[in-house]
Amino acid sequence: MSAAPPARAVRAPVLRKTAAARVAVSLPASEAVLPASLRDVAPTGIWRTGVLAASGWLGLGALTLAWPNREVGFSDWAFTTELGVAAVVAGLLLAAVALAGARAGRVGRTLRPAGRWLIAAPLLLALWEALTAKLGALPPPFFAPPQSLIDVAHEDWARLGLSTVHSLRLLAQGFALGALAGFGTGVWIGWSRAAGYWVHPVLRFLGPVPASALLPLAFFFAPSSHAAAVFLVALATFFPVAVLTWSGVASVSKSYYDVARTLGASEWFLVRRVAVPAALPQVFVGLFMGLGASFSVLVTAEMMGVKAGLGWYLQWAQGWAAYANMYAALLVMAVLCSGLITLLFAVRDRTLSWQKGTVKW
Amino acid sequence: MVSVAEAGRSGAPDTVGPATGARIDIQGVSHWFRQPRGGALQVLDGIDLQVRPGEFVALLGPSGCGKSTLLRLVAGLEPATTGRLLQDGVPITQPDPSRIVVFQDPTLYPWRNVRDNVALGLQARGLLGAQRSRVDEALVLVGLTDFADSFPHQLSGGMAQRVALARALVNDPRLLVLDEPLGKLDSLTRIAMQSELLALWQRAGFSALLVTHDVEEALFLADRVVILSDRPARITAELVVDLPYPRHRGHPRLVELRHAALRHLGLDATW
Repeated sequence: MSAAPPARAVRAPVLRKTAAARVAVSLPASEAVLPASLRDVAPTGIWRTGVLAASGWLGLGALTLAWPNREVGFSDWAFTTELGVAAVVAGLLLAAVALAGARAGRVGRTLRPAGRWLIAAPLLLALWEALTAKLGALPPPFFAPPQSLIDVAHEDWARLGLSTVHSLRLLAQGFALGALAGFGTGVWIGWSRAAGYWVHPVLRFLGPVPASALLPLAFFFAPSSHAAAVFLVALATFFPVAVLTWSGVASVSKSYYDVARTLGASEWFLVRRVAVPAALPQVFVGLFMGLGASFSVLVTAEMMGVKAGLGWYLQWAQGWAAYANMYAALLVMAVLCSGLITLLFAVRDRTLSWQKGTVKW
Repeated sequence: MVSVAEAGRSGAPDTVGPATGARIDIQGVSHWFRQPRGGALQVLDGIDLQVRPGEFVALLGPSGCGKSTLLRLVAGLEPATTGRLLQDGVPITQPDPSRIVVFQDPTLYPWRNVRDNVALGLQARGLLGAQRSRVDEALVLVGLTDFADSFPHQLSGGMAQRVALARALVNDPRLLVLDEPLGKLDSLTRIAMQSELLALWQRAGFSALLVTHDVEEALFLADRVVILSDRPARITAELVVDLPYPRHRGHPRLVELRHAALRHLGLDATW
């Protein structure tokens, strides 16, 4: 009887040894039984990393404002002053949080784990700013300074926003379709011998073909380029989801079925209540891979034929040599893709909370 | 741990439902396994055995002799190659919730908490809505009420096996098929669990068919110990344990029977 019930398990807080030692004296008697290293410790004093980060942001602001941009033949970069002011404001806010220490409350607690990133970010931005706007060391206009992204967001937010909405809609339709079909197919061929015989070879033969290779064909057959793109995104999602669901269902321990069968389970019960939940960890791996594949097909399809979406925007920006717009679109794409993957992992962690030791995203 | 001291076998089964033990007849059962490279491997050879209603029968034999196969046939998980298996005179053709198997591994579903694992049988038969309270009763029976919301990976081996036992008992089995259910537990947990098992059997009144390779366990638990030979398994001897429950492990009669069992197994050289 070694396992402790979860309710009684002690949740160890982030350990801060020096602070713990300082707080120990003032603890109420009831908590004095807990070893010092397990107590919930409120951060005290000035947050030193925060002070460093604040000075980093203030430095970035100073560099942006005080160092004049290098003239490069055409008009000056817009929004230089705004970038500088934004950095100074960020620096001042951070300084306030850092100096307030424990009194900063929730904001302080949220920021603390990101402390080192908060130092690194202004340094990287300063380097970028110096190499582009200030020194012109990287050839303009291919390398745009950070303030040009603000410029794009200001000038072109409507088009960029619309493109994002288009991409998201296309992705959602394709991914949902592909994931559902893949999951269904996977369970089907994992469970039914006949389906395994007929469908598995087809899947093996056609599945590995890159979905983007079917692009010309899809655009030719489909009623609209949107439908073609949905189909291709679905196809890209379908294959990994189907294969991993199938392997998940096929590798369910036979004894799980034996147990359910002796308890009077029907075939449907075995599929729904045994095979599917047991295969879920694998299904999520398939969904993860499918999502990755769908991003790539989505952008390709948008570049090749669909007249909307972030892929189209990239192509369009490049056509006008609007490189800053391109970077902005790439940034949006990065936020979008990593956000979706994070969402998928959050869903997985919720669904598979019974598992121990899953990989954290 | 639940209390185990219950003097003698009570005549009528009390709280745990109306189950009465099933009669099992195994008549001339032989069984072969098809080999992957052709041919067949005989594992059972002409087994004749009867389990009377409410009786506790232990099958004792060397490891790999085919004991577990016999249990799978009794459970209805596989059909016998030749011979007949009957429950109360009716041929056993498929698994049935009146005959529940407890396997060597608890085989709890890791994605279900303890309560939902115990509820499995009721849910499978669509009875969960009407009989949900029985799940909690079964958990009380094995002393795991506090762990109803835990997941299997949070349990120790002994606790997991008790959950498996509760999962079986919630269905009011008429025959409990025990496939070395205590085989993987440490020896202290094992001794405690043997007593618990006995107490549950005495309360519920089911018939029990236990496979084990632990001589002491067989003699401590069973009315009758059937000794099987090496593969293909044949019945070589039958020992009637003529001692009342609860038994005492040091009883001279048990020691005597233990010697006899080892002799039948060809292992008495060290006696």
